[in-house]
Amino acid sequence: MTETAVPMTVRTPTGRASVIDIAGEVTAASEGVLMDAYGRASGERTRWIVLNFSELEYMNSSGIGLLVTLLVRANRQKQRLLAYGLTEHYRQIFQLTRLDEAITIHESESEAIAAAA
Amino acid sequence: MSEKREQRDGTAWAKPVAHLEIAGVEPGSAGINVTGRRPTSPVQGFGRMWQKTYRIRLEGAGVTPAQVIEVWKRDFPAFWPKGNRFFAPLAGIAPGEVAVLDLTMPGGLKLSTGVLVLYADEESFTLMTPEGHMFAGWITFSAFDDGGVTAAQAHVLMRASDPLYEMGMTFGGHRQEDRHWAHTLRSLAAAFGVEGDVAVETVCVDRRRQWGKAGNVWHNAGIRSGMYTAMAPMRLVARPFRRA
Repeated sequence: MTETAVPMTVRTPTGRASVIDIAGEVTAASEGVLMDAYGRASGERTRWIVLNFSELEYMNSSGIGLLVTLLVRANRQKQRLLAYGLTEHYRQIFQLTRLDEAITIHESESEAIAAAA
Repeated sequence: MSEKREQRDGTAWAKPVAHLEIAGVEPGSAGINVTGRRPTSPVQGFGRMWQKTYRIRLEGAGVTPAQVIEVWKRDFPAFWPKGNRFFAPLAGIAPGEVAVLDLTMPGGLKLSTGVLVLYADEESFTLMTPEGHMFAGWITFSAFDDGGVTAAQAHVLMRASDPLYEMGMTFGGHRQEDRHWAHTLRSLAAAFGVEGDVAVETVCVDRRRQWGKAGNVWHNAGIRSGMYTAMAPMRLVARPFRRA
């Protein structure tokens, strides 16, 4: 399978919320990078993981599957997933796959952080 | 986003649908348990969450991933085990299309359900299940270069839809599913003149059951298919009156 480098940075704007900046492609090849980013984002006090999709270029169905796996891991840690920066196209995909029932979608980072707080 | 990538992405995904619709029912298909059902992801399922990967290397076939996917999409039903029928949509396996399935369950029970083509491009396609299907989730069929050899793969991400299916999956359902996809991959390989072993990798992603989703049993296609079969004589008697 083609390996794809997906740069993902992690920020901690508040003690209980972390942001994962997702850039480039999210496909099956992104599993290691995404789970590593989650590991860095998830601290003892973290209750909300915010996924920033502003720099997302492309996501296929395997990428959506990765988000489901991430959701399971977060739920296990009693954390909630939030998202922002999705284009209309990916919002529709979240709606179609019904991921929007488990990952709340926001317009901006400030809105997501406010919702988390 | 590059123009080519944007174009590919835009056309590869199905458009959002609240409920599934089928264009018509092919002869031989019950065609029930599909119309009006919502697509379901593993988030909406009940049972433990599983990730299963079935893979076969097409050693010596000399085909590209795109050629494999082209044949797999075109002849998809032909690769299935006997007793299970996939009524492909008229437009073929294309994003947004809905296919009808008639499956044979353990004990010989017939189950009618369907799938939505969630995603399809030149190297992969994904089928998503509706409410009432045995499992909530999707299966991605793909082909890719694996160290210089083209490999074909079926990747399942699922939870059993309701407590009855969960019990069924525990007592033989998973084994039957493994046999189903192993048979499919061997048949696909045979179409390219290749015999090979199917590698299977099973991971339990989430051991917890989602008891809040136990009510999914209302849509259980196994129960509804059984009732549909049991009511067949009554439908036969009522048919002349309906025509009038």
